[in-house]
Amino acid sequence: MRHGKARFVASFLVLPVGLYVFYVLWPYAQDIGYSLTNWGGYSDTQEFVGLDNYVRLVKDELIRKAFWHSVFFLVTVPVFTIALALLFAFLLNVGGRGSRAGVRGVWGSSFYKVVFFFPQVLSLVLIAIMWQAIYRGDEQGLLNGILMKIGLVDPEKPLQFVADPTPFLGVPTVLWWLLLIAVWGGTGFYMVLFSAAMQSIPKDIFEAATLDGATRVKTFFRITLPLLRDSVSVAWVYLGFIALDMYALVYVMTPSQGGPDHASEVFASVINFTAFNKGQFGYACAIAVALGIFTLLLAAVQLRVTRRERIEY
Amino acid sequence: MSQLPDSTSDLSRRSLLRGTAAAGLLATPAVGLLSACAGSSTGDDKADTGAKTNDNPLGVADTGKVDVVVFNGGLGDAYAKFDVTVFNKKHANVTVNLSSTLKIKTEQQPKFSTTPADLINNAGADIMALDTLVNEGALTELTPLLDAPSWDDPNVKVRDTLLPGTINDGTFDGKVLVLNYAYTVFGVWYNQALFDKNGWTAPTTFDEFFTLAPKIKSAGVAPFAFAGKFPYYMRWAIMSWIWQSGGKSAVVDIDNLKPGCWKTPEVMAALEATEKLVKDGYTLPGSATLTHTESQQAFLDGKAALLPCGTWLENEMRQTIPSGFQMKLANFWGVSAADKAKGAVFAGSGENWIVPKKAANAAAGMEFLRAMFSVEGAGKFAELTSSLSSRAGSGDKVTNSTALVSAGEVMKKASGELVSFKHPDWYADIDKAEQNAIGELMAGRMTAAKFADTLQAATDKVAGDSAIKKFTRDA
Repeated sequence: MRHGKARFVASFLVLPVGLYVFYVLWPYAQDIGYSLTNWGGYSDTQEFVGLDNYVRLVKDELIRKAFWHSVFFLVTVPVFTIALALLFAFLLNVGGRGSRAGVRGVWGSSFYKVVFFFPQVLSLVLIAIMWQAIYRGDEQGLLNGILMKIGLVDPEKPLQFVADPTPFLGVPTVLWWLLLIAVWGGTGFYMVLFSAAMQSIPKDIFEAATLDGATRVKTFFRITLPLLRDSVSVAWVYLGFIALDMYALVYVMTPSQGGPDHASEVFASVINFTAFNKGQFGYACAIAVALGIFTLLLAAVQLRVTRRERIEY
Repeated sequence: MSQLPDSTSDLSRRSLLRGTAAAGLLATPAVGLLSACAGSSTGDDKADTGAKTNDNPLGVADTGKVDVVVFNGGLGDAYAKFDVTVFNKKHANVTVNLSSTLKIKTEQQPKFSTTPADLINNAGADIMALDTLVNEGALTELTPLLDAPSWDDPNVKVRDTLLPGTINDGTFDGKVLVLNYAYTVFGVWYNQALFDKNGWTAPTTFDEFFTLAPKIKSAGVAPFAFAGKFPYYMRWAIMSWIWQSGGKSAVVDIDNLKPGCWKTPEVMAALEATEKLVKDGYTLPGSATLTHTESQQAFLDGKAALLPCGTWLENEMRQTIPSGFQMKLANFWGVSAADKAKGAVFAGSGENWIVPKKAANAAAGMEFLRAMFSVEGAGKFAELTSSLSSRAGSGDKVTNSTALVSAGEVMKKASGELVSFKHPDWYADIDKAEQNAIGELMAGRMTAAKFADTLQAATDKVAGDSAIKKFTRDA
């Protein structure tokens, strides 16, 4: 009977598991296979070259550049997004004025919730195109237009935004402008995530703290943040993946996709150029494998670092 | 594969087997997907060919289908739809599956090594790199098509109906692998109405430009707009200036990766004039960040007086050209009095059409191309797109476009050989380095000297890399 049941269950899983293996695991395996060849992408012949592609990868200057840009996003995207999302979630749920009894969010919080979440509804490419109009580099750009009208920007020298490779705090300016979009687009989702987690914290804990005379800042750091540790660590891993990607924004918005002059190159843009412009699919697959390993390591480290005893309430 | 079936029974047995195989593929999509895995080898699944006759010189089978993919970009796809009717006049029972897309590479690359379309318009931003396709041996040689009689006149071969440079543009190491269908004249556009109103004339040298530019600027118009986000737009101007300044050999040396090719006085003169254009503030503010359509619209809106672009401009911007706008083309102006190739025009065939090596019905793919090069097909193309076809005489009947007429005049005044350059098609690394450097030069962040250093370094690096296949062209 037990045996028959297992077979019954398995029969339901054959199709999804089969699809998963065929469309997800098999391409991974193929990618690793191709990374050991010099395949060009358009023929059915390729030579086995062993680990040559990986040796080359370590010495590749462009990849080093893309790596440091990815590190920049890896640090900044989660930090800014989580900080902003936490702040908003706190204000919307427990940040209301303490003059009346009870714990509540600021006035109009349900409206703000929708507004902040809105970017999440749009596709990333749509966001990129929209921000292109905002960042446009002549007087017709939204920001440039406004700043010129109020005299903050010289009409002869408009801001160049994502076409500006000059360093700001040691990092190409274009990356800061891309970061702004990523944070703007990501905050809403994590705000909702943190809101849900905050709502599951019993209100009496906050009330007790308030009775003991804790300020809002103190409540946030002593109660809210420790109890949200799980959600924050999950958000950190997700945002890490997003930070490693950033490709859609780079591809749609920057000059010659990764420019100007390689100033916004990320892993995926290098893979795209290597595979499709240079016709070195084997090498591009090796870069992709390296990126995959890097991502897995990152996730493992982050989950390890943030693992702690769970608090039951 | 034999051109004629050995016997009728043989033919029917083969078709029967093929039919069964096709039915099997339909019934089990997973098998089809498997064989579509890129890079995996499958058997050739070629279509039948018919008898070769004078009217059917490529031996297209009487029935069957041909898959044609057209890039639905600046030139649209209406002309290709018309070509289907032309094609069907001679091959009524061959089904043409015409699909139009903007994503040529995204859709065609994954199946290129197994089940590609029979004829592909490899164009646009999402283009399959030609050097790779050539190096991988993935294209069918088109010589049989060139040697076939033309669609309209059996006494004239297809190769003799094409405009100068067309065959050369598609030749790689002596093999014709690509045919370009559109014939583009490049230059600097201006609005005749605006120029008449202010008493300006289109400059023919950099000196004239630098005299005119302050006047344009004081009229509240930026002298020069360009598409900074896509630096290859400015490459057409810069390479033309280099050609005019240093003559053909200057550009041939660059294409052939000759040591020191970027540092000659003639090349430097062209680069320094470009640098001055930027440094003196004659570009539209913000041009360095604009896309091609944004810069073109700024030109149409009268914010800029001059704009470098090709003859597809009118068709691309047709929706937003203000009334009274008289769009006219002038040749790229000369660099100095010492120019070695004065009045050279940059024109040539563009819009790649290729027949993949693995195409199931390559003969019909080529035949469709032959139909496109008919008088009727090419004439319709010029009429619909306001662009010339690389078939001679395509624009003869079009008169309602100042752009097309002025382009014809530029061609009539052209002296010497047409400007052409190959290195971006041949070497992706140089292409990238050059586009990045042009972006920096035009944004005013790079000097002409640094530009030459950067490009020389990129050229020397490719020249010294034995893993990169080299091409050469004759001076």
